[in-house]
Amino acid sequence: MKNKILKKINKNLSGYVIASLIMVGVASPAKAGVTLNGAGASFPYPIYSKWFDEYHKVNPDVKINYQSIGSGGGIRQVTAKTVDFGATDGPMSDKNIFKVDGKIHHIPTVLGAVVPVFNLPGINDLNLSGPTLANIFLGKITQWNDPEILKDNPGVNFPESRITVVYRSDGSGTTYSFSDFLSLVSPEWKKNVGTGNSLSWPTGIGGKGNEGVAGLVQATKNSIGYVGYIYAASNNISHAAVRNKNGEYIKASVESISAAAAGAADNMPADYRVSVANAPGQGVYPISTFTWLLIYDKNPAPVGTTLKNFLEWMLDSGQKMAPELGYAPLPENVKAMVKKTISTIR
Amino acid sequence: MHHYQRMLKPWSKKPSLPFGNHINTQAKKHNKSVLTSSAFLKIPLKENTLSERAGDRVFKYFVLSFGLIVILLGIGMGIKLVASSMAIWKEFGLSFLWGRDWNPVTEEFGALPFIYGTLVTSAISLLIAVPLGVGSAIYLAELAPRKISDAITFLIELLAAIPSVILGLMAIFTLVPLVRWVSPFLMDNLGWIPLFDGYPIGVGMLTAALILTIMILPYITSISRDVIMAVPQALKEAAFGLGATHWETVRKVILPYAGRGIMGSVFLALGRALGETMAVTMVIGNSPKISASLLKPAYTMAAVIANEFAEADSDLYIEALIAIGLVLFVITIIVNGLARLMIFNMNKGRT
Repeated sequence: MKNKILKKINKNLSGYVIASLIMVGVASPAKAGVTLNGAGASFPYPIYSKWFDEYHKVNPDVKINYQSIGSGGGIRQVTAKTVDFGATDGPMSDKNIFKVDGKIHHIPTVLGAVVPVFNLPGINDLNLSGPTLANIFLGKITQWNDPEILKDNPGVNFPESRITVVYRSDGSGTTYSFSDFLSLVSPEWKKNVGTGNSLSWPTGIGGKGNEGVAGLVQATKNSIGYVGYIYAASNNISHAAVRNKNGEYIKASVESISAAAAGAADNMPADYRVSVANAPGQGVYPISTFTWLLIYDKNPAPVGTTLKNFLEWMLDSGQKMAPELGYAPLPENVKAMVKKTISTIR
Repeated sequence: MHHYQRMLKPWSKKPSLPFGNHINTQAKKHNKSVLTSSAFLKIPLKENTLSERAGDRVFKYFVLSFGLIVILLGIGMGIKLVASSMAIWKEFGLSFLWGRDWNPVTEEFGALPFIYGTLVTSAISLLIAVPLGVGSAIYLAELAPRKISDAITFLIELLAAIPSVILGLMAIFTLVPLVRWVSPFLMDNLGWIPLFDGYPIGVGMLTAALILTIMILPYITSISRDVIMAVPQALKEAAFGLGATHWETVRKVILPYAGRGIMGSVFLALGRALGETMAVTMVIGNSPKISASLLKPAYTMAAVIANEFAEADSDLYIEALIAIGLVLFVITIIVNGLARLMIFNMNKGRT
């Protein structure tokens, strides 16, 4: 009896083994390929997955897997050395960099932006200066017909109603770059709230993800929130123009976001850990941000060269794919700098 | 005496009489369901051979090992949660439990707003769901025609199978506008009670409690109905025979008899409500502030872990979230322990 069962199991088992062997044989190409594993930020996931896909088409023996587990997760994985590269929306802190064994490069890939979205029946265009935006999210401006808002929008007839503030409840690079901008333009924001993926919000309600915030804003009259530019653009959500350092009210677009990086290039630090929020220059959209790949300086044999090749392709062909997905490509001067950095990777 | 002990006793001491004995004790315990059990006892019991007894022993240890794995898993989880949140307990001590600030930027962490939000939303949802659930269970078990009862029960059980993210979406599209529509009325007329002082945005504690109610209702209704239907016909007939009305029978015979099972369903529901994450996150407003108002946004323990864990970038921050997980774990254990104690006491009072 027992023997019979064992035999049966044996038979089934060998069947599985053979089947899985066949499957493995089919899956792995005849040529010895390189597989890279990366993890991190979810904001650039659409463009990264397109790049890795396209790159695989050009170089069939290179396969790059990317898991969008969030910037925090990406940094943790890079520190633990469980991935070949990481990705983050906010630069790593000195403390976190110190924890990584060996040197790590921040390679900027594309730019994104955060836009204030609002729901004001009958009003389609809204201008906001940095301090006004900060005061709304600080809970200091509570009514739409506040003189400070009127100053940004002369001649607009605002309702006499309470502002409902909506923020991201989940930790996010979107919150990071939004609060980064507010910290730069409002000393009070910097002191009381600060910059981070998650904040202690003085007022408002939290929605989960871009879709959660956008959903709450669209469902709540007289509300204001913030989402990633790509999300607002692809869903046709009306977003506000924000006053930049030059005093112009600029709406986010691929051009105005790219311009932010060009303006910041003059005093770009060598490790690229720079904020392009509130960057100087004409036509600059001020709530813009880089997103970075985290690359080890020293890599094992096939990984280093493969990464280098990919990054060079990314600077060239990859950048051209960015605008159609709503990301702003790196401006030429930054590209030239990054190219030099890439050549030092081993 | 406890039910489980009875089940174990004949198993270990008198292996020759496992099933007959068990039914016998049950019959004795209830003292009521005499109709069938005596018939079982008359079945001649077969002599067990040696090999069968050895098989029993193997089976016993086999099942025992599974039982132990479950216990070890629980203990292991507890140990891991404590170990991974040690830095928090060192830095804040127990004041983490009543700290009101949650600021990842300055790394100040306190769990009270989340504990408060979790307990209050769960309590409100129970407050609504228990009368509704038990009431509908009584209707389905006692009053409704069998066919209708079965059909409705099937639909209610389907409700329990809906993924919570779908219920959350449903809440955003129906409950949130509903609460937003009702809240000006509540604020104008009941605004003097701190419970209803707020602003009409539709998301907040009340909406979260309402969606929780919908989620836990199937558990209470479906289990309570089964329990009520298991009340022996003879008992009910006896009550009717004594001239009791239907209402009196329900109140004085059925509910006391089924009470233990109904309590069980309530605590199962409470367990679900405490740990529910997705649907609550979508409508509670996710604001870690303690406010008496049901119309203002709040936060729950499960929601903050789900929201912030992926992007938590400092060690202390991660440990704070794990510490919240530990608190949730302990609260769930305490609630379940209290439930056992209550059911135990109810039993003692009855026999």
